[in-house]
Formats: sequence, structure tokens, C-alpha cells
Amino acid sequence: MGEAAKTVIFEIERRNSTDEDSYWEKFELPYVMNMNVISALMEIRRNPVNIEGKKTTPVNWDMNCLEEVCGACSMIINGKARQSCTALVDQLEQPIRLQPMKTFPVVRDLVIDRSRMFDSLKKVKAWVPIDGTHDLGDGPRMPERKRQWAYELSKCMTCGVCLEACPNVNDKSDFIGAAPLSQVRLMNAHPTGAMNRDARLNAIMGEGGLASCGNSQNCVESCPKGIPLTTSIAALNRDTTVQMFRNFFGSDRMVD
Amino acid sequence: MSYYCIMMVCGFRCFRNILSALDAANQCFEGGKILDNNREFLMRRLHSLLGIIPIGLFLTQHLIVNHFATQGVESFNTASHFMANLPFVIFLEIFVIYLPLMYHAFYGLYIAFTSKNNPGHYSYLRNMLFVAQRYTGVFLVVFIAWHVFETRFQVAIGADEADFNMMANILDNPFMLAFYIVGVLAAVFHFANGIWSFLVTWGITQSEAAQKNATYFTLLVFIVLSIIGMRALFAFV
Repeated sequence: MGEAAKTVIFEIERRNSTDEDSYWEKFELPYVMNMNVISALMEIRRNPVNIEGKKTTPVNWDMNCLEEVCGACSMIINGKARQSCTALVDQLEQPIRLQPMKTFPVVRDLVIDRSRMFDSLKKVKAWVPIDGTHDLGDGPRMPERKRQWAYELSKCMTCGVCLEACPNVNDKSDFIGAAPLSQVRLMNAHPTGAMNRDARLNAIMGEGGLASCGNSQNCVESCPKGIPLTTSIAALNRDTTVQMFRNFFGSDRMVD
Repeated sequence: MSYYCIMMVCGFRCFRNILSALDAANQCFEGGKILDNNREFLMRRLHSLLGIIPIGLFLTQHLIVNHFATQGVESFNTASHFMANLPFVIFLEIFVIYLPLMYHAFYGLYIAFTSKNNPGHYSYLRNMLFVAQRYTGVFLVVFIAWHVFETRFQVAIGADEADFNMMANILDNPFMLAFYIVGVLAAVFHFANGIWSFLVTWGITQSEAAQKNATYFTLLVFIVLSIIGMRALFAFV
């Protein structure tokens, strides 16, 4: 085109392992039309040379689906937690700063360990138990409009962005965060799942559960899937209010 | 759970041993059992409730009684005398003010210091209010402690009398006046925003629209109570 070759500058917060101190490294890459953060990281991997022209180790990151449905490539881009696969370089201010989501243990560079989210899903019993000794036949029917609504909640990909954005999920608190709470609402909305709704409600009334939410509502603003997380939390607040009185006044009716 | 019930009905209990693997998954759902670790849940709910009843109601009542100051010295002294001589006033104070306020203050400090505020990168309205709720809360612990020491405590040790002159003397100092202006505004903000979170915490406002309407309502509460509080304060100057 006759112009000087356009470049893109990245600043990446790196570390070699969980216990080591972090350091910043800058990279300058040739601009490619429609490039995103992942394609830039791939370019660094292909040619791991930093801005000073020194050869360095390739930057580690996590990725899988590349279409914002798997939740693996979450990182902090220019201060905000989001998916790197949908972070288009054209829409980002430069230099582009990449950091790992430090709410989670950092494995190396931008790779984090999101195991705690899967542990939380187990804690809150975010599944529907249907195992039996024989075919139990069809479950109760779910109204179509309810299915469409529940589908939105089921889009959660356990990416961890809501936990990173939450001021109450940190090393001083054991709050499980919005994602597993919203899954409780999803499972409790399922006609078969609803048969055990009290068990899930009691689980989220435990330590680090629903009550630790401080309503900063960063989760719903940050969720890449647009899940109504704060509506889920408020709805669960109502359900647990009822459950609390049921527990206290000793009703023997566990499920509706 | 469901297969378990069917087994019970059929009386084939011995099958349970063979099926223990299946049982493991389903036993997690031994529903209805109240967990004994829900203390945090109950404490947070109590914290939310006490902020409105009685503390928020007391704050409103306190500001309205103060507003008598705008009608003159005599009027304020009559109202203040009435409040100070309510029957069983010491018990009213202990159970409606001191105990709930102390619980709300100390548990609130714990809540405030276990959050990691991030208004810089996530500067959404609700997050800003979240941070402001914590800052005003911490400030109010200091302000209210000082305010009680300067007024109620002085009356208790017989050093002063709770009347118009007491407040006029305190607010004579411009630094104290500024401290009180900030204190009253902080208290009114903390209460108004606290109504909003109370409505969410108890599951009353759920949808985005309902929560937005609650924001407008609490903004109105903030404005109205601020006007009442400021008018009362400036009546002493």
C-alpha cells in the first residue's frame, strides 16, 4: 500500500510457574487484518522474539473452541476479564495488555487453573440425578417457553470471567461466585431437577454460598454469554428465604 | 432418589448393597437435611434486616425529630424532651438502637474488609455504589461513635443536656459542621442504597426492570432524607 508496515504492540504479564514472581514482556508483531488476541499469541509462539529483539520462551495460554463457547481462553485484556478468542485487535486500545485471571491459581503465563469452579458445581449439586435400576420412562414435560428461558442459563461455559470481575471472590473470602449459583437456578428449574431443589438450596445456604454476594453486579456486566446472573441470584435469594423459614419452622415437606 | 423410593415401596432393600455405586451419586441428594454450616447465611440475612428494621427506621425518625429545629429552639427542645423521656427509654435504646447498630457495624466492617474493590476497571454504576456502600459504612462507624460520645454519652455522665444549645455549640465549629454534613449524607446514602440491596437480598426485586425501579425509588429516598437532614443541621447554625 506504500505505507510503513503497521504493527501491533502487546504487553504480557508472564511467570514461569505458580510460585514464581511475574514479569512484563513486550512484543511487536506485524498487523494482520482482522487479527484477534489468539492469532497474535500464535504469531508470538511461531516467532518468540520480544520487542528488544531477544529470543524468549513462547507465551503459554489456554484455548479450545475459538468461538466463545468453551470458556478456556479467559484472560484479562486491557484490565477487563473476557475471552481472548473474541477480542479483536481492531477494537482494542494499544498497547494491548494481557494478564492472567489471578483470582485463580496461575499455572504459567496466561494459563490458569479453574478447578475450583468445577468443585463448586459439585458442592451445589448442579446436576439432575436420574440413575435408576430400570427405565423410569419420560420425565415431566417442560413448557416450551420455560425451555427457551432455561436455555439462556444453560449457556454458561464455566469461563470464570464472573468470578474474576467479582469483588467478593478473593483470597479473603470463600465465595463460590455467580456461575455455580446460576446453575442451581437452572437445575432447580428443570422439572426432574426440581425434585431435589431443597438439597441444592440448602447447599448454597452454606459457607461461601449465596449470602456472600454483595450485589456489585459486575458479573452480569462481564458475562460473555449475557446470562442474567443477578436475576438468578435474586431469584435464589427468594427461594432460600422460603427455604430458611421452612427449615426454621420445621416443615416436613421437602419438595413441592 | 426416585429409584430409591420405588425400591422402598417394593421392599427390595437388599438390592441396595449391590447398587451402592449408583447410591453414591443419589445419596448426595438425601434432601431436606438442614446443613449445620449455614451460620454465615443467617448472619448476613440478619445484617441486612437490621439495617432497615430498626436502624433505617430509627435514622428516619431521628432526622424528622431533628427537623423540629427549623421551627425554633422551643419546638426542638419539646420534641427532644419527649424522645428523651419515653417510657422504658433505656430499653428502647438498647434493643432498638445500641445492639442492632453494634451488630450491623461490626459485622459490616468484616464484610467491608473482605471485599477487594475494583471500581477502576469495572466502573459500572452498581459497582460504584457497592464501593460507596463500603466506604460510607466504615466512615459511619467512626462518625456515629463520635456523635454518640459527643451527645448521648455526655448526657449520660451528666456533663451536658440534650437540647438545642448542645447541637448549636457543636456545630459552631466549621470543621464539626462539615463533619456532620458528610456524616448525615453518608448515613442517608448508606440507608437508601441499603434499601436497594435489602430488596435484592430477600428476593423481592428480581428482574433487571424491578431492580432499576428500586434504584429510582432509593434515589428518591436519598434526596428526601438528605433535604430533611440538611435543613435540620443548618437550623442549628
